[in-house]
Amino acid sequence: MARSPDQTDTLLQIGFAALLIAGIVAPLVAYPTFLMKLLCFALFACAFNLLLGFTGLLSFGHAAFFGGAGYVCGFVVKEWGWTPELGVLAGTAVAALLGFAFGSLAIRRSGIYFAMITLALAQMVYFLALQLPFTGGEDGLQGVPRGYLFGLIDLSDNMAMYYFVFLLFVAGFALILRTIHSPFGQVLKAIRENEPRALSLGYDVDRYKLLAFVISAGLTGMAGATKTLVFQLASLTDVHWHTSGEVVLMTLLGGLGTALGPVVGAGIVVTLQNELADKVGSWVSVIMGVIFVICVLAFRRGIVGEMQALGKRLGISE
Amino acid sequence: MEIFGIPLRGLAGQLLIGLINGSFYAVLSLGLAVIFGLLNIINFAHGALYMMGAFLAWIGLTHFGINYWAALLLAPLLVGLLGIVIERTLLRWLYQLDHLYGLLLTFGLALIIEGLFRYYFGISGETYEVPEALQGGVDLGFMFLPLYRGWVVLASLVVCLATWFIIERTKIGAYLRAGTENPKLVQALGINVPLMITLTYGFGVALAGFAGVLAAPILQVNPLMGSNLIIVVFAVVVIGGMGSILGSIVTGLGLGLIEGLTRLFYPEASAVVIFVIMVIVLLVRPAGLFGREN
Repeated sequence: MARSPDQTDTLLQIGFAALLIAGIVAPLVAYPTFLMKLLCFALFACAFNLLLGFTGLLSFGHAAFFGGAGYVCGFVVKEWGWTPELGVLAGTAVAALLGFAFGSLAIRRSGIYFAMITLALAQMVYFLALQLPFTGGEDGLQGVPRGYLFGLIDLSDNMAMYYFVFLLFVAGFALILRTIHSPFGQVLKAIRENEPRALSLGYDVDRYKLLAFVISAGLTGMAGATKTLVFQLASLTDVHWHTSGEVVLMTLLGGLGTALGPVVGAGIVVTLQNELADKVGSWVSVIMGVIFVICVLAFRRGIVGEMQALGKRLGISE
Repeated sequence: MEIFGIPLRGLAGQLLIGLINGSFYAVLSLGLAVIFGLLNIINFAHGALYMMGAFLAWIGLTHFGINYWAALLLAPLLVGLLGIVIERTLLRWLYQLDHLYGLLLTFGLALIIEGLFRYYFGISGETYEVPEALQGGVDLGFMFLPLYRGWVVLASLVVCLATWFIIERTKIGAYLRAGTENPKLVQALGINVPLMITLTYGFGVALAGFAGVLAAPILQVNPLMGSNLIIVVFAVVVIGGMGSILGSIVTGLGLGLIEGLTRLFYPEASAVVIFVIMVIVLLVRPAGLFGREN
């Protein structure tokens, strides 16, 4: 504790400001579609981290919210002609509702069972996506128009689309930060650290867990719906359990329970996939698996977590 | 003869398929339960190791001329050995940590194993001939029973019951049950608990390998055959609870039958019926049918 909380806050604020600027200028130097994909997954991972990192609940079914919201957004935009912002809103709302249903069921068990239940429920969504008439089965929903934001701004322009995605990311990220630092977030951390104790202090643990689950699912849905607009496609890949696993990896690699970790983790995983997919084929899966094993065995704090620990040792930050 | 407008032969046929799937559920959930009891780890790699069992049988037959019966012994043995290596080199570092890390590590292993097989064998799948002695079938009057399918059910049942017998009725099983309750105390009594843990994991995954060999002639030998199955087995485990060995077996077989019936009466729902049952069980009896609330 070499510095006061104020100074740490200042450091954090500088960090976030730098990121904000980086996000604004990024499309000038990098490929916007890639950046948009990255932002979608970063938001996905941050939302997931709210649950795993800050509440201690491992959901293995977040692909259901990510992909499910993608289908909803794709459907209302393509078939009903809704504007993109309404599409994202619809996806978010449905994901939050689905999160409420899944969360209510899954919190009836804890630990390892929680993970298995969410995985099984998500698999049900996968089968539904495969069979229901309006999802396009194996092909998915193709040719989803990006449309005009508020009926005005043409999103088929990649730059306009990028800033729309960036705005959504910043909003989602800010909401997560706010949640973490609110009294509500403190209770979540208390539940993570010692659930019986939180219970004995009089907190209705189940309600807190459920609310965290709903927020996480909703923001995940926002990320998934946005991704559908970016790629103009809602597909089975996004509801598959592989995607649920990927988001766990991003969060773990970046740093569980750190604000920025999931962003870093998502950046690395998405970049790796982009660089490797066409070169090594199914080795990508092997490489992801190896990273998983290494993270679990030797690197449980993740990149940002390790950096924080290093900083603490050197007395730079809290 | 018809029941509910469905010819008896069709009904019996679907029930048999259900029973076969149920046998796989039973053998796999049994392995998961045995491993979880002692290691407190949910073995996500179980499906991948089941797939590996099937592939080992196929590789043995196509490249080395090892017949089905030898494969039925060798493949589980090899898978079990791999399990022992995994436990010794990787899992043992996790016992002091949150149980979730075990799930994550084995998930990583599943990705590695599946990725490797996908790289070397593609995803189109291979076919494995039914062994000669079990080709053909018998007409039981109300249904035609292909011999091999009857064998799968029989062999799974025998293995399940043998496992039950070992765990519930022998001295080794008593050690195992004691280790599940209180490993420290058992160790203090002079029993080599780490060795027991290693062998238990090896045995649990060997069961998965065995199921894989049984499945090879009926299903396509495919790198993805395990991961699709394991999620259903997770639901089976949630429904049954992992408290009891017989419970795992009964739940596995029962759910297989229900799935078979659903395929007959309402095929669209057959893929999700087990998940729906899981939801109902969670609402009514969250600990699972045979589980204990702790």
